[in-house]
Amino acid sequence: MRHLLSIEDLSKSDAVSILDTAHELARVSDGAVKKLPTLRGRTIVNLFAEDSTRTRISFEAAAKRLSADVINFSAKGSSVSKGESLKDTAMTLQAMGADAVVIRHSASGAAQRLADSQWMSGSVVNAGDGTHEHPSQALLDAFTIRKHLRAGAHDLEGLTVAIVGDVLHSRVARSNVLLLSKLGAKVILVAPPTLLPVGVESWPATVSYDFDSVIPFVDVVMMLRVQQERMSDLYFPNAREYSRYFGLNADRMKSMKQGSIVMHPGPMNRGLEISAEVADSARSVITEQVTNGVSVRMAILYVLLTGSALEAGSN
Amino acid sequence: MSIALSAPDIKRALTRISHEILERNQGSSSIVLLGIPTRGAHLAARIATIITEIEGVAVPCGTLDITLFRDDLRLRAPKAIMPTTIPPSGIEDKDVILVDDVLFSGRTIRAALDALGEIGRPRTVQLAALVDRGHRELPIKADFVGKNLPTSKSQSVRVLLSEIDGRDEVGIEGEVL
Amino acid sequence: MNSIDVVIKGAKLPNGTVSDICIQGEHVVDVVKDYSGPATHVVEATGCVVLPGLVDLHTHLREPGREDAETVLSGSQAGAKGGFTALSAMANTSPVADTAGVVEQVYRLGQEAGYLDVFPIGAVTQGLRGEALSEIGAMADSVARVRVFSDDGHCVSDPLVMRRALEYIKKFDGVVAQHAQDPRMTVDSQMNEGIVSARLGLKGWPAVAEEAIIARDVLLTDHVNSRLHICHLTTAGGVEIIRWAKARGIDVTAEVTPHHLLLTDDLAGSYDPVYKVNPPLRTEHDVHALREALADGTIDIVATDHAPHPLEAKECEWQEAAFGMLGLETALSIVQKTMIDSGMMSWEQVAERMSLTPARIGRYADQGQQLAKGAFANLVVINPTKSWRVDRDLVLSNSSNTPYHGHELPGVVEHTFFKGKQTVINGEVISKGAK
Ligand SMILES: [Zn+2]
Repeated sequence: MRHLLSIEDLSKSDAVSILDTAHELARVSDGAVKKLPTLRGRTIVNLFAEDSTRTRISFEAAAKRLSADVINFSAKGSSVSKGESLKDTAMTLQAMGADAVVIRHSASGAAQRLADSQWMSGSVVNAGDGTHEHPSQALLDAFTIRKHLRAGAHDLEGLTVAIVGDVLHSRVARSNVLLLSKLGAKVILVAPPTLLPVGVESWPATVSYDFDSVIPFVDVVMMLRVQQERMSDLYFPNAREYSRYFGLNADRMKSMKQGSIVMHPGPMNRGLEISAEVADSARSVITEQVTNGVSVRMAILYVLLTGSALEAGSN
Repeated sequence: MSIALSAPDIKRALTRISHEILERNQGSSSIVLLGIPTRGAHLAARIATIITEIEGVAVPCGTLDITLFRDDLRLRAPKAIMPTTIPPSGIEDKDVILVDDVLFSGRTIRAALDALGEIGRPRTVQLAALVDRGHRELPIKADFVGKNLPTSKSQSVRVLLSEIDGRDEVGIEGEVL
Repeated sequence: MNSIDVVIKGAKLPNGTVSDICIQGEHVVDVVKDYSGPATHVVEATGCVVLPGLVDLHTHLREPGREDAETVLSGSQAGAKGGFTALSAMANTSPVADTAGVVEQVYRLGQEAGYLDVFPIGAVTQGLRGEALSEIGAMADSVARVRVFSDDGHCVSDPLVMRRALEYIKKFDGVVAQHAQDPRMTVDSQMNEGIVSARLGLKGWPAVAEEAIIARDVLLTDHVNSRLHICHLTTAGGVEIIRWAKARGIDVTAEVTPHHLLLTDDLAGSYDPVYKVNPPLRTEHDVHALREALADGTIDIVATDHAPHPLEAKECEWQEAAFGMLGLETALSIVQKTMIDSGMMSWEQVAERMSLTPARIGRYADQGQQLAKGAFANLVVINPTKSWRVDRDLVLSNSSNTPYHGHELPGVVEHTFFKGKQTVINGEVISKGAK
């Protein structure tokens, strides 16, 4: 593996091996070892052309625990976020000797553009591109689900996961639909019809407009962030109505199956898609998702950067 | 392929190593066995069983994966990370016996020493290897050796263990120069 | 017997008969079975097809304003290479072609280049803003004699503005060429809305945003009894509306681009903006509907929508990139590949769709004439049995945004004649000084 651009082009076996690697890395770093020498001497650049402190910090912690040198390139507001100089930026990173670039960008496909171009030779990790994909988030979500509900197993066979909210604009939803179904879980998308893409019928998931009818049957409820500005684009009448039909509150949580868990990729809009009682309840694994994110991102960097000289040589 | 050690040879070698470990450490009270996956882990477990039989008490035995501590990761295809299991008693102030199947360049053992250093500070670290085939690239030597096997660099030593391979055997492949 | 300037020997005419074409001065002076008289130049064309010079009703020449992307001269050369003897320069230049001054300038630049006729298209509204009508009458009366009006790049979306434009152009037999795209339904749209856009997370440009405008405009055209042309039709639904309108007797014509006859939206999967175009590449189903409609005449013409862009406008993220692709040099090959080689159309139909009918829609009297005695000697000689490999570094356009880079395409333009002068000889465009 040279790049991690999307779940779409990740095989099931590669996905499982990342999860297994993350599992061992979590055990190592849960123990006494806080810092591994694995990527000593490697340079990893966090190229964030869009704000996302949590994802950036997670990748930074992962890289540092593996002893890599980390350069943060926050390009928000600069020319990169306008796009015309992605090429120039890539060539700069190449000149700096970046072994890997972790890129967050508001344009769908930006990570793939970087990887497919001849502008730089390092590995590219997609840390979220527009409304396309967010593969590391899906991997950490799958890792968290497996840990809670399928400990000891390789995949997620037999589980049912509801992904609830703004599917249309969500890269987290796209990556999770693909990964969870690859790993054998059944995925149900729950959203108002306005927030589902035309073409969703081709996805490996079923669709429901009725949260209440779905909630008693699922093992995982994954809530998506809903942005306030969607209201002005006429996707739903107002926050109150959205919450009433698609929010997860304490009342709704009561009808959840025993042992089922609640997830959210963050940042949450407490009171809109998720209530405070739910977010802080025993079912919530939201803070654990953050912890697991570091292990999963360590695994991604390990898998991409091990043997990189081999691959570069063989090309 | 020529056979260097048969199944009974391997059994005898491990028994001898076990006795040597006990002799050197004056019993089993302070020792911790750590096998280096994959085959070193099985060898450590076998030595632990033999020592337990001799001494009548269980000896702490775990595994130490060194993959993340290798200095040649850039050049190797990604390898699955194997479990590291440190016995609950820990390694602090213990006599740690690292167990591996083949001692060659010494780089694996260097990585193992780095890994140990991150976990704690043993009183001593000793090394047991089923086979020492020479060609060291670092100032490392084994304290307990099953068999010294002079080889050429172009040859390869293959260790088969019944836990993984269905039978016990050590063979040398490739031409003798 | 008098010597003639040129004889083209042994080419197959659109109707399938093999004849020699005699050219004297600007005109075809004879079409005969076997010309044996003297001629200054003999063009051996056995095995080739000869068509009336191609007429493009939809070209972006970028001059004035973006001469780095294309000039009237570079676009004319690219056109000649593609077998064209007339181009229609879209109005979205800088300044916009919304006054007599700008259209006369573009017209004159075309004359100076001398490779083909450049007919400027006038903007429907001032600055393409869709609000106030531009000086349509002045442009019609200028030396450029503008008959086609279009805000292309933008839709004339206000129904009242569209109605007024359709009425006003009746004064001089003009036509409004509509870029059918409902603006509210396509804010920030990046590609066809469907399965592929859902997968790629690119904002969708739904077919209905095109079809709704076409439906409205054929009804408006019927109501005010005017003449409408629909630019770059891309959807199966749009074809149905045009078919219905024609059956009702509404005076509407429609065009399809070569790229919409061949390419589909799944190409966006590479996120390579060379495939980003407006209106977007659609589905396989649409492509088939467009081919059938072109064959049965529901779609009247092929027009290139040749849209040059500098490198930096395409060497970036998809959503930042400009819309559009080159078309002039590959149009005929794509039509041969999709319509001739598939057996859906004859060369005679190609002559109609790419020369006769576009000239008639634009009221370009000297263009699109049948190859017969007395016609202007605008013609193209094609070898349909040869193929060529597209190389973006070798195109004559100032830009290189062709989606066919590396493709092997059938059909080579061997010779182009513009009013008796040869602009392409053995596949090579003559240099500017040589004329
Ligand atoms: Zn247009």
